[in-house]
Amino acid sequence: MTTYIERFPAEARVIRSTFFTAFIALGIGALFGLLQVLHRTDVHRLVDSADYYHILTIHGVLLALTFTIFFLAGVFTWGLTTSLDRGVVDVRFTWAWYGLMVGGTALAAIPMFGGLIDGIDMSAGVLFTFYAPLQAHPLFYLGLALFIIGTWLAGADWIWTYLAWRRENPDERIPLPTFMVLTTTLFWYLSSLGVAIAVVVFLLPWSLGLLEQVNPLLTRTLFWYFGHPVVYFWLMPTYMLWYVLLPKVAGGKLFSDPLARVVFVLFLLLSTPTGIHHQYLDPGIAEGFKFIAMTNTMFLLLPSLLTAFTVVASVEHGARQRGGTGYLGWLGALPWRDPVFTGMALAGLMFAAAGFSGMVNAGMNINYLVHNTFWIVGHFHLTVGTAVALTFMAVTYWLLPQITGKPIWSRSVGLAQVVTWFVGMTLMSNAMHRGGLSGVPRRTAEPQYENFDFTPAFGTMAELDAGVVIGGSLLFLSAVLFLGNVFVSLTGGKDLTSIPENAYAEALSGAEDGPLILDNLKLWLVIAVLLVVLTYALPIGAIIDRGGLLGPGGSPYPLVVESGRAISIGLGEVVA
Amino acid sequence: MNIHAYEKLWLAASLVLIVLFIGSVTYGAVGAGIAMVDDAEGVIDPDALDEDDRFADPRVEEVGENEYEVYVVAGQFFFDPGTFEPIEVPEHSQVTFYVTSPDVIHSFSIPGTNANTMVIPGEVASMTVEVGDPQEYGIVCNEFCGGGHHDMEGEFHVVPEDEFTLEADE
Repeated sequence: MTTYIERFPAEARVIRSTFFTAFIALGIGALFGLLQVLHRTDVHRLVDSADYYHILTIHGVLLALTFTIFFLAGVFTWGLTTSLDRGVVDVRFTWAWYGLMVGGTALAAIPMFGGLIDGIDMSAGVLFTFYAPLQAHPLFYLGLALFIIGTWLAGADWIWTYLAWRRENPDERIPLPTFMVLTTTLFWYLSSLGVAIAVVVFLLPWSLGLLEQVNPLLTRTLFWYFGHPVVYFWLMPTYMLWYVLLPKVAGGKLFSDPLARVVFVLFLLLSTPTGIHHQYLDPGIAEGFKFIAMTNTMFLLLPSLLTAFTVVASVEHGARQRGGTGYLGWLGALPWRDPVFTGMALAGLMFAAAGFSGMVNAGMNINYLVHNTFWIVGHFHLTVGTAVALTFMAVTYWLLPQITGKPIWSRSVGLAQVVTWFVGMTLMSNAMHRGGLSGVPRRTAEPQYENFDFTPAFGTMAELDAGVVIGGSLLFLSAVLFLGNVFVSLTGGKDLTSIPENAYAEALSGAEDGPLILDNLKLWLVIAVLLVVLTYALPIGAIIDRGGLLGPGGSPYPLVVESGRAISIGLGEVVA
Repeated sequence: MNIHAYEKLWLAASLVLIVLFIGSVTYGAVGAGIAMVDDAEGVIDPDALDEDDRFADPRVEEVGENEYEVYVVAGQFFFDPGTFEPIEVPEHSQVTFYVTSPDVIHSFSIPGTNANTMVIPGEVASMTVEVGDPQEYGIVCNEFCGGGHHDMEGEFHVVPEDEFTLEADE
């Protein structure tokens, strides 16, 4: 029995750092989430409504980018080294990318928090999407660029380590976790290029005053070129954990290794040429381009549907190994008292619901009804907010002992924590979806209007508000339980004997059953690039042709950053 | 590669589902005639809306029998018309909205209906809707547009035929 920290002490130290950074982001993000549900529903307004958007920016960036990406960088480093049974080539390089990601995050955080503090002449109240002509302080864009370069170096570290392994093992199949890390890395290079160009070529120079104006439709399109794929950057490590760890904690084996590879190849191919489905309602983009994005998006359902099958089949196999019988009776044989299993299983269940609301969003014409409403917020709190976040928290109860040598303080608190998250999210997401159907907008401090009311199809707005407040409060409680459990565990002593061996699930149908072409990553990358060129060359060309590379402009906002927060409220101020 | 029989079945059913989804969206576009907001309108200089005859004087205009065009400027943090006075159209008519922005990205959205479009500076969003019986609707901006975003609202009134008058006729 060997734990991860015994086999790879140097790598374990880096992974601990990525996890702790992720957990700090989770704590702040969760607190700000609580402030938002109380503010929106007018239960308690701690800040001015104009400052709500700074809170929302921090919540979105810290949870969607910082928490997820730091955690997955740790998970990928674990999966790669474990499955190759080999350390990284040079751990100093590993520290370098970690340091760059932390530095970038810290730089971007200065104006994000600065917007909340009187007397600091910096702000970045531009939300997670930073659509121009909304303008943030240059440090925000600079920090973001450095953070992304850090993730690229992390990918280079994983590829470098894989190539070193390949030289030592010229004839072996790529182990499944490593295959998943590599396909995700290649896909991430391809998709994050869009936001890198938007930030480095346009937004940073513009915020420094080197460019007078930018083309808002162009930078927005480049954002969504990255903005949809980024959800797969969160999901693919989650899927990896469902494929390689969930069957193990369920007591069984992965159903099919080759099908898992097919799923990840499909993600590499199809994740990027879909971003325009976030722009179904944008003027200036032809309907045909939207239709192509819709078709690609629908086909992207395939890898998720295949995953649903394989994961359920693997878990059922585990249950039957544990003595479960019957058509559904095997469900009772699963280790429901284990927070690792229950957390991941509930996350998977929620992801099925998220899949259904996602199918609605992808439907180009139904999208009119839900676009930019609270429905969307309900949707992505099921995907990134539960499928990903709850899986990451559940897996922490398994991985934290591996990388620290310290057992989890309380598995019962862990179980209560994952169940609280599930209940809280059920309440909050249900209310958000239903609110969105009656037209309640997302991203607003005060969804209470003077001249009209929202009328839900059934129930009342008060009931929906209650769902959001109670659900949001339970989610905050769950985050506190999680962080508290982690903290107390860390203050405890090492006890390596009580920690299971570091391993991942074997497969019923192993890699040898899959054709070799699946491992031809160069081929898949070339096809992925071709698909992106086919889908994006014409729309981006058309946008530049219409408005120009830097036109037609619009006014930077906030206009004058004199007092730190130039907020212009008042009607009819800018009537052209 | 050996794939379990159940998994083959699942794969086939998934593909059928996907094709059905694409089919239903296609039907929505071709059969039911739900057009997407697109690139039909040309670009516009957001700093010179007062030189454009549609947006220099934003208004409701009658362009045919029971057909109306509404030109709206969506800016921080108002709809003109909409915020200062309600947009009024007669019942059971066909209304095309043309919306643009002088500053940042907004939306023009009528809650409880599928009248919903992004408004991007430099572009003109056009969207045609059929209105039914008289009813008073709200208008909101559902894209974050700055510190006063939550104050950006307006009204859209579908009024009885005999109560409807164009501003120009008043």
